[in-house]
Amino acid sequence: MVVNCEHVWREISNYLEGDVDPTLKAAMEEHFKECKNCTSVLEGMRNIVAVYGDERLLDVPLGFGSRLQRKLEENLPGRRGGVLGLVLAFAATLLIVGAVSLGNSMASSTPELLSEHADPAKNSTPANLLVVVAQDGKVFHRGKNCPFIVDKAHLRTLTAGEAMHEGYAPCVRCMREYMAAAPPPPWLKQAEDDEEAHATIDQR
Amino acid sequence: MPAAMLEHSTGRLREEELIRRIRDGEPELFYELVRPYEQRIYFIAFSILRNQHDAEDVSQEAALKAFKNLRHFRGEARFSTWLIQITMNEARMWRRKAHANLMEPLEKPADEEGEYRPREFADWREIPSEVLERKEVREALAQALASLGDKYREVFVLRDVQHLSIEETAKTLGITVASVKTRLLRARLMLRDLLSPGWGGSWSSKLSFAKGNKPW
Repeated sequence: MVVNCEHVWREISNYLEGDVDPTLKAAMEEHFKECKNCTSVLEGMRNIVAVYGDERLLDVPLGFGSRLQRKLEENLPGRRGGVLGLVLAFAATLLIVGAVSLGNSMASSTPELLSEHADPAKNSTPANLLVVVAQDGKVFHRGKNCPFIVDKAHLRTLTAGEAMHEGYAPCVRCMREYMAAAPPPPWLKQAEDDEEAHATIDQR
Repeated sequence: MPAAMLEHSTGRLREEELIRRIRDGEPELFYELVRPYEQRIYFIAFSILRNQHDAEDVSQEAALKAFKNLRHFRGEARFSTWLIQITMNEARMWRRKAHANLMEPLEKPADEEGEYRPREFADWREIPSEVLERKEVREALAQALASLGDKYREVFVLRDVQHLSIEETAKTLGITVASVKTRLLRARLMLRDLLSPGWGGSWSSKLSFAKGNKPW
Protein backbone atom coordinates (compact mmCIF):
# COMPACT_ATOMS: atom_id res chain seq x y z
CA MET A 1 0.00 0.00 0.00
CA VAL A 2 1.32 3.44 -0.96
CA VAL A 3 -0.12 6.67 0.42
CA ASN A 4 0.31 10.27 -0.73
CA CYS A 5 0.55 13.46 1.35
CA GLU A 6 -3.19 14.25 1.22
CA HIS A 7 -4.01 10.76 2.45
CA VAL A 8 -1.49 11.09 5.27
CA TRP A 9 -2.92 14.47 6.37
CA ARG A 10 -6.44 13.00 6.50
CA GLU A 11 -5.32 10.16 8.75
CA ILE A 12 -2.56 11.81 10.75
CA SER A 13 -4.71 12.59 13.78
CA ASN A 14 -6.01 9.00 13.86
CA TYR A 15 -2.43 7.82 13.51
CA LEU A 16 -1.49 9.76 16.64
CA GLU A 17 -4.45 8.16 18.42
CA GLY A 18 -3.20 4.70 17.39
CA ASP A 19 -6.47 4.38 15.50
CA VAL A 20 -5.38 3.24 12.03
CA ASP A 21 -5.19 -0.34 10.78
CA PRO A 22 -1.75 -2.00 10.59
CA THR A 23 -1.49 -1.81 6.78
CA LEU A 24 -2.18 1.93 6.72
CA LYS A 25 0.11 2.48 9.69
CA ALA A 26 2.99 0.76 7.90
CA ALA A 27 2.31 2.73 4.71
CA MET A 28 2.26 6.02 6.61
CA GLU A 29 5.51 5.21 8.36
CA GLU A 30 7.13 4.46 5.02
CA HIS A 31 5.85 7.82 3.75
CA PHE A 32 7.24 9.70 6.79
CA LYS A 33 10.71 8.32 6.02
CA GLU A 34 10.62 9.97 2.61
CA CYS A 35 8.53 13.10 3.15
CA LYS A 36 9.90 16.00 5.16
CA ASN A 37 6.64 17.97 5.01
CA CYS A 38 4.52 15.17 6.42
CA THR A 39 7.10 14.56 9.15
CA SER A 40 6.81 18.25 10.04
CA VAL A 41 3.02 17.90 10.24
CA LEU A 42 3.34 14.82 12.44
CA GLU A 43 5.94 16.31 14.79
CA GLY A 44 4.08 19.59 15.03
CA MET A 45 0.82 17.86 15.86
CA ARG A 46 2.53 15.65 18.42
CA ASN A 47 3.94 18.79 20.07
CA ILE A 48 0.56 20.52 20.05
CA VAL A 49 -1.09 17.55 21.77
CA ALA A 50 1.71 17.41 24.34
CA VAL A 51 1.70 21.11 25.32
CA TYR A 52 -2.08 21.47 25.52
CA GLY A 53 -2.28 18.28 27.57
CA ASP A 54 0.02 19.75 30.20
CA GLU A 55 -1.61 20.57 33.54
CA ARG A 56 0.33 23.83 33.80
CA LEU A 57 -1.96 25.31 31.21
CA LEU A 58 -4.84 25.06 33.68
CA ASP A 59 -4.72 28.40 35.39
CA VAL A 60 -7.44 29.92 37.56
CA PRO A 61 -7.97 33.52 38.71
CA LEU A 62 -6.72 34.37 42.17
CA GLY A 63 -9.23 33.43 44.88
CA PHE A 64 -11.24 31.23 42.50
CA GLY A 65 -11.17 28.22 44.83
CA SER A 66 -12.29 30.13 47.90
CA ARG A 67 -15.11 31.80 45.97
CA LEU A 68 -16.27 28.40 44.68
CA GLN A 69 -16.15 26.99 48.18
CA ARG A 70 -18.16 29.94 49.52
CA LYS A 71 -20.76 29.58 46.76
CA LEU A 72 -21.17 25.90 47.60
CA GLU A 73 -21.45 26.59 51.32
CA GLU A 74 -24.13 29.20 50.66
CA ASN A 75 -26.17 26.96 48.40
CA LEU A 76 -25.83 23.42 49.69
CA PRO A 77 -28.40 22.09 52.14
CA GLY A 78 -27.53 21.61 55.82
CA ARG A 79 -26.27 18.25 56.99
CA ARG A 80 -28.60 15.45 58.06
CA GLY A 81 -28.32 13.20 61.15
CA GLY A 82 -28.46 13.62 64.93
CA VAL A 83 -25.90 14.74 67.45
CA LEU A 84 -24.11 11.38 67.44
CA GLY A 85 -23.91 11.43 63.66
CA LEU A 86 -22.55 14.97 63.85
CA VAL A 87 -19.83 13.95 66.30
CA LEU A 88 -18.89 10.89 64.26
CA ALA A 89 -18.89 12.86 61.03
CA PHE A 90 -16.74 15.56 62.58
CA ALA A 91 -14.24 12.95 63.77
CA ALA A 92 -14.22 11.36 60.31
CA THR A 93 -13.76 14.78 58.67
CA LEU A 94 -10.79 15.43 60.95
CA LEU A 95 -9.31 12.12 59.85
CA ILE A 96 -9.78 12.96 56.17
CA VAL A 97 -8.49 16.49 56.59
CA GLY A 98 -5.52 15.07 58.48
CA ALA A 99 -4.83 12.58 55.70
CA VAL A 100 -5.17 15.30 53.06
CA SER A 101 -2.91 17.67 55.01
CA LEU A 102 -0.35 14.92 55.40
CA GLY A 103 -0.55 14.23 51.68
CA ASN A 104 -0.23 17.92 50.91
CA SER A 105 2.68 18.41 53.25
CA MET A 106 4.45 15.51 51.57
CA ALA A 107 3.72 16.86 48.11
CA SER A 108 4.11 20.58 48.61
CA SER A 109 5.18 23.15 51.12
CA THR A 110 2.44 25.59 49.98
CA PRO A 111 0.13 26.29 52.90
CA GLU A 112 -3.57 25.65 52.43
CA LEU A 113 -5.55 28.90 52.30
CA LEU A 114 -8.10 28.95 55.11
CA SER A 115 -9.61 32.23 54.06
CA GLU A 116 -9.59 34.45 51.03
CA HIS A 117 -7.97 37.12 53.17
CA ALA A 118 -4.98 34.83 53.56
CA ASP A 119 -4.39 35.03 49.84
CA PRO A 120 -0.76 36.10 49.51
CA ALA A 121 -1.42 38.23 46.43
CA LYS A 122 -4.02 40.17 48.37
CA ASN A 123 -1.91 40.46 51.48
CA SER A 124 0.95 41.81 49.49
CA THR A 125 -1.23 44.20 47.47
CA PRO A 126 -0.67 47.60 49.10
CA ALA A 127 -3.98 48.58 50.70
CA ASN A 128 -3.58 52.21 49.63
CA LEU A 129 -2.86 51.39 45.97
CA LEU A 130 -5.39 53.11 43.70
CA VAL A 131 -7.29 50.62 41.57
CA VAL A 132 -10.39 50.66 39.40
CA VAL A 133 -13.50 48.48 39.30
CA ALA A 134 -16.12 48.20 36.56
CA GLN A 135 -19.80 48.57 37.36
CA ASP A 136 -20.75 44.89 37.08
CA GLY A 137 -17.28 43.45 37.60
CA LYS A 138 -16.01 41.15 40.31
CA VAL A 139 -12.33 42.03 40.11
CA PHE A 140 -10.27 45.16 40.57
CA HIS A 141 -7.71 46.38 38.07
CA ARG A 142 -4.45 48.33 38.23
CA GLY A 143 -5.72 50.87 35.72
CA LYS A 144 -8.30 51.51 33.06
CA ASN A 145 -6.08 50.09 30.32
CA CYS A 146 -6.35 46.46 31.45
CA PRO A 147 -7.73 44.46 28.49
CA PHE A 148 -9.85 42.37 30.89
CA ILE A 149 -12.15 45.32 31.67
CA VAL A 150 -15.35 44.73 29.75
CA ASP A 151 -17.27 47.87 30.60
CA LYS A 152 -14.75 50.72 30.39
CA ALA A 153 -17.49 53.35 30.37
CA HIS A 154 -18.47 52.84 34.03
CA LEU A 155 -15.32 52.68 36.11
CA ARG A 156 -14.91 53.62 39.75
CA THR A 157 -11.56 54.42 41.40
CA LEU A 158 -10.90 53.29 44.97
CA THR A 159 -8.05 51.85 47.02
CA ALA A 160 -7.12 48.15 46.86
CA GLY A 161 -8.04 47.85 50.54
CA GLU A 162 -11.52 49.23 49.91
CA ALA A 163 -11.93 47.03 46.82
CA MET A 164 -11.05 43.88 48.78
CA HIS A 165 -13.33 44.97 51.62
CA GLU A 166 -16.17 45.22 49.10
CA GLY A 167 -15.44 41.68 47.91
CA TYR A 168 -13.53 42.39 44.70
CA ALA A 169 -10.69 40.03 43.77
CA PRO A 170 -7.46 41.09 42.02
CA CYS A 171 -7.56 40.86 38.22
CA VAL A 172 -5.78 37.77 37.01
CA ARG A 173 -4.09 39.81 34.27
CA CYS A 174 -3.02 43.28 35.33
CA MET A 175 -2.79 42.79 39.10
CA ARG A 176 -0.79 39.62 38.65
CA GLU A 177 1.59 41.49 36.38
CA TYR A 178 1.82 44.29 38.91
CA MET A 179 2.49 41.87 41.77
CA ALA A 180 5.02 39.95 39.68
CA ALA A 181 7.01 43.17 39.29
CA ALA A 182 7.10 43.63 43.08
CA PRO A 183 9.38 41.41 45.20
CA PRO A 184 7.33 38.54 46.67
CA PRO A 185 7.21 37.89 50.42
CA PRO A 186 9.88 35.36 51.50
CA TRP A 187 7.49 32.48 52.19
CA LEU A 188 5.80 32.91 48.80
CA LYS A 189 9.20 32.76 47.11
CA GLN A 190 9.78 29.47 48.90
CA ALA A 191 6.47 28.14 47.56
CA GLU A 192 7.42 29.23 44.04
CA ASP A 193 10.66 27.32 44.31
CA ASP A 194 8.76 24.20 45.17
CA GLU A 195 8.35 22.14 42.03
CA GLU A 196 4.95 20.98 43.15
CA ALA A 197 3.60 24.45 43.89
CA HIS A 198 1.86 24.68 40.52
CA ALA A 199 -0.20 21.63 41.40
CA THR A 200 -2.14 23.69 43.93
CA ILE A 201 -3.94 26.97 43.35
CA ASP A 202 -1.71 29.14 41.19
CA GLN A 203 -0.69 31.96 43.50
CA ARG A 204 1.84 33.63 41.30
CA MET B 1 1.67 -2.32 41.95
CA PRO B 2 3.61 0.73 40.63
CA ALA B 3 3.48 3.79 42.89
CA ALA B 4 1.53 5.91 40.38
CA MET B 5 -1.14 3.24 39.96
CA LEU B 6 -1.39 2.77 43.71
CA GLU B 7 -1.78 6.52 44.21
CA HIS B 8 -4.43 6.64 41.48
CA SER B 9 -6.46 3.78 42.97
CA THR B 10 -6.14 5.30 46.47
CA GLY B 11 -7.41 8.61 45.09
CA ARG B 12 -10.34 6.87 43.47
CA LEU B 13 -11.20 4.96 46.65
CA ARG B 14 -11.11 8.18 48.60
CA GLU B 15 -13.36 9.76 45.99
CA GLU B 16 -15.87 6.91 46.25
CA GLU B 17 -15.83 7.25 50.03
CA LEU B 18 -16.45 11.00 49.77
CA ILE B 19 -19.34 10.47 47.35
CA ARG B 20 -20.92 7.88 49.65
CA ARG B 21 -20.66 10.18 52.66
CA ILE B 22 -22.05 13.20 50.80
CA ARG B 23 -25.02 11.11 49.68
CA ASP B 24 -25.46 9.87 53.27
CA GLY B 25 -25.91 13.41 54.55
CA GLU B 26 -22.59 15.25 54.68
CA PRO B 27 -22.97 17.88 51.92
CA GLU B 28 -20.19 19.98 53.39
CA LEU B 29 -17.69 17.45 52.01
CA PHE B 30 -18.69 18.27 48.45
CA TYR B 31 -16.06 20.97 47.93
CA GLU B 32 -13.44 18.45 49.01
CA LEU B 33 -14.66 16.19 46.20
CA VAL B 34 -14.63 18.93 43.56
CA ARG B 35 -11.45 20.71 44.63
CA PRO B 36 -8.97 18.52 42.68
CA TYR B 37 -10.84 19.40 39.48
CA GLU B 38 -11.60 23.07 40.00
CA GLN B 39 -8.86 24.15 37.59
CA ARG B 40 -10.22 21.78 34.96
CA ILE B 41 -13.79 23.02 35.20
CA TYR B 42 -12.67 26.65 35.06
CA PHE B 43 -10.54 25.94 31.98
CA ILE B 44 -13.46 24.34 30.14
CA ALA B 45 -15.80 27.21 30.98
CA PHE B 46 -13.19 29.81 30.02
CA SER B 47 -12.25 28.13 26.76
CA ILE B 48 -15.90 27.98 25.71
CA LEU B 49 -16.98 31.43 26.91
CA ARG B 50 -13.64 33.30 26.62
CA ASN B 51 -14.66 35.57 29.47
CA GLN B 52 -13.30 35.37 33.00
CA HIS B 53 -16.50 36.43 34.79
CA ASP B 54 -18.81 34.14 32.85
CA ALA B 55 -16.35 31.26 33.24
CA GLU B 56 -16.35 31.68 37.00
CA ASP B 57 -20.15 31.85 37.18
CA VAL B 58 -20.48 28.78 34.98
CA SER B 59 -17.92 26.84 37.03
CA GLN B 60 -19.91 27.56 40.18
CA GLU B 61 -23.22 26.64 38.54
CA ALA B 62 -21.72 23.42 37.17
CA ALA B 63 -20.44 22.42 40.62
CA LEU B 64 -23.88 23.10 42.14
CA LYS B 65 -25.54 21.10 39.39
CA ALA B 66 -23.15 18.22 40.01
CA PHE B 67 -24.10 18.26 43.68
CA LYS B 68 -27.82 18.25 42.90
CA ASN B 69 -27.36 15.31 40.52
CA LEU B 70 -24.86 13.35 42.57
CA ARG B 71 -27.48 10.70 43.33
CA HIS B 72 -27.60 9.96 39.59
CA PHE B 73 -23.85 9.41 39.36
CA ARG B 74 -23.47 5.66 38.96
CA GLY B 75 -19.71 5.37 39.01
CA GLU B 76 -19.57 3.90 35.49
CA ALA B 77 -17.41 6.83 34.37
CA ARG B 78 -14.83 8.59 36.52
CA PHE B 79 -16.23 11.38 38.66
CA SER B 80 -13.88 13.84 36.90
CA THR B 81 -15.28 12.87 33.48
CA TRP B 82 -18.83 13.27 34.74
CA LEU B 83 -18.02 16.70 36.20
CA ILE B 84 -16.28 17.78 32.99
CA GLN B 85 -19.34 16.73 30.97
CA ILE B 86 -21.67 18.72 33.22
CA THR B 87 -19.42 21.79 32.97
CA MET B 88 -19.19 21.60 29.19
CA ASN B 89 -22.97 21.36 28.89
CA GLU B 90 -23.46 24.24 31.29
CA ALA B 91 -20.97 26.41 29.36
CA ARG B 92 -22.63 25.62 26.03
CA MET B 93 -26.05 26.46 27.44
CA TRP B 94 -24.70 29.73 28.80
CA ARG B 95 -23.22 30.60 25.42
CA ARG B 96 -26.46 29.70 23.66
CA LYS B 97 -28.39 32.05 25.95
CA ALA B 98 -25.88 34.85 25.39
CA HIS B 99 -26.05 34.40 21.62
CA ALA B 100 -29.87 34.27 21.72
CA ASN B 101 -29.89 37.66 23.42
CA LEU B 102 -27.61 39.06 20.76
CA MET B 103 -29.81 37.61 17.97
CA GLU B 104 -26.74 36.30 16.19
CA PRO B 105 -26.29 32.93 14.50
CA LEU B 106 -24.52 30.39 16.73
CA GLU B 107 -22.15 28.98 14.16
CA LYS B 108 -20.94 29.60 10.70
CA PRO B 109 -22.28 27.06 8.20
CA ALA B 110 -20.77 23.60 8.60
CA ASP B 111 -17.46 23.33 6.78
CA GLU B 112 -16.35 19.90 7.92
CA GLU B 113 -16.61 18.45 4.46
CA GLY B 114 -13.86 20.60 2.97
CA GLU B 115 -10.34 19.41 3.68
CA TYR B 116 -7.90 21.46 5.70
CA ARG B 117 -4.43 21.48 4.21
CA PRO B 118 -1.43 22.23 6.43
CA ARG B 119 0.26 25.53 5.55
CA GLU B 120 3.43 25.56 7.61
CA PHE B 121 6.18 23.03 7.10
CA ALA B 122 8.95 24.30 9.36
CA ASP B 123 10.89 21.63 11.21
CA TRP B 124 9.58 20.95 14.68
CA ARG B 125 11.75 19.90 17.55
CA GLU B 126 10.28 18.62 20.77
CA ILE B 127 8.93 21.56 22.76
CA PRO B 128 10.86 21.77 26.03
CA SER B 129 8.59 21.33 29.01
CA GLU B 130 9.95 24.44 30.75
CA VAL B 131 8.54 26.84 28.13
CA LEU B 132 5.15 26.38 29.78
CA GLU B 133 6.52 28.16 32.82
CA ARG B 134 6.57 31.31 30.68
CA LYS B 135 3.44 33.37 30.91
CA GLU B 136 3.67 34.71 27.36
CA VAL B 137 3.78 31.14 26.03
CA ARG B 138 0.70 30.14 28.02
CA GLU B 139 -1.06 33.28 26.79
CA ALA B 140 -0.13 32.55 23.17
CA LEU B 141 -1.47 29.00 23.54
CA ALA B 142 -4.72 30.31 25.02
CA GLN B 143 -5.01 32.91 22.26
CA ALA B 144 -4.50 30.30 19.53
CA LEU B 145 -7.12 28.03 21.10
CA ALA B 146 -9.57 30.92 21.44
CA SER B 147 -9.23 31.68 17.74
CA LEU B 148 -10.65 28.29 16.69
CA GLY B 149 -14.32 27.96 15.78
CA ASP B 150 -16.59 26.75 18.59
CA LYS B 151 -17.05 23.21 17.37
CA TYR B 152 -13.32 22.61 16.91
CA ARG B 153 -12.44 24.20 20.23
CA GLU B 154 -15.00 22.08 22.12
CA VAL B 155 -13.71 18.80 20.73
CA PHE B 156 -10.06 19.76 21.21
CA VAL B 157 -10.60 20.89 24.81
CA LEU B 158 -12.42 17.70 25.80
CA ARG B 159 -10.04 15.30 24.07
CA ASP B 160 -6.61 16.93 24.25
CA VAL B 161 -6.85 19.18 27.30
CA GLN B 162 -9.23 17.21 29.51
CA HIS B 163 -8.20 13.79 28.17
CA LEU B 164 -11.69 12.41 27.66
CA SER B 165 -11.84 9.48 25.26
CA ILE B 166 -13.14 9.98 21.72
CA GLU B 167 -16.35 8.19 22.72
CA GLU B 168 -16.81 10.29 25.88
CA THR B 169 -16.21 13.45 23.83
CA ALA B 170 -18.84 12.38 21.29
CA LYS B 171 -21.34 11.60 24.05
CA THR B 172 -20.74 14.90 25.83
CA LEU B 173 -21.25 16.97 22.69
CA GLY B 174 -24.04 14.82 21.27
CA ILE B 175 -22.20 14.18 18.00
CA THR B 176 -20.91 11.05 16.28
CA VAL B 177 -17.50 9.51 16.85
CA ALA B 178 -16.71 10.21 13.18
CA SER B 179 -17.47 13.92 13.69
CA VAL B 180 -15.22 14.03 16.74
CA LYS B 181 -12.37 12.57 14.71
CA THR B 182 -12.90 14.99 11.80
CA ARG B 183 -13.07 18.04 14.08
CA LEU B 184 -10.12 16.88 16.14
CA LEU B 185 -7.99 16.50 13.02
CA ARG B 186 -8.85 19.98 11.88
CA ALA B 187 -8.37 21.55 15.32
CA ARG B 188 -4.94 19.96 15.70
CA LEU B 189 -3.88 21.00 12.19
CA MET B 190 -5.07 24.58 12.68
CA LEU B 191 -3.34 24.94 16.05
CA ARG B 192 -0.19 23.49 14.59
CA ASP B 193 -0.20 26.10 11.82
CA LEU B 194 -0.99 28.90 14.27
CA LEU B 195 1.85 27.91 16.58
CA SER B 196 4.38 26.82 14.01
CA PRO B 197 7.93 27.62 15.14
CA GLY B 198 10.22 30.03 13.35
CA TRP B 199 13.54 29.14 11.77
CA GLY B 200 15.42 26.71 13.95
CA GLY B 201 12.31 24.77 14.88
CA SER B 202 12.58 25.50 18.54
CA TRP B 203 10.25 27.28 20.91
CA SER B 204 13.02 28.01 23.34
CA SER B 205 15.59 29.56 21.05
CA LYS B 206 13.58 32.70 20.36
CA LEU B 207 12.10 35.35 22.53
CA SER B 208 11.09 37.70 19.81
CA PHE B 209 7.71 39.07 18.94
CA ALA B 210 8.89 40.11 15.50
CA LYS B 211 6.85 37.35 13.86
CA GLY B 212 3.62 38.51 15.47
CA ASN B 213 2.25 36.95 18.62
CA LYS B 214 4.56 33.93 18.78
CA PRO B 215 7.10 34.29 21.54
CA TRP B 216 9.35 31.48 20.33
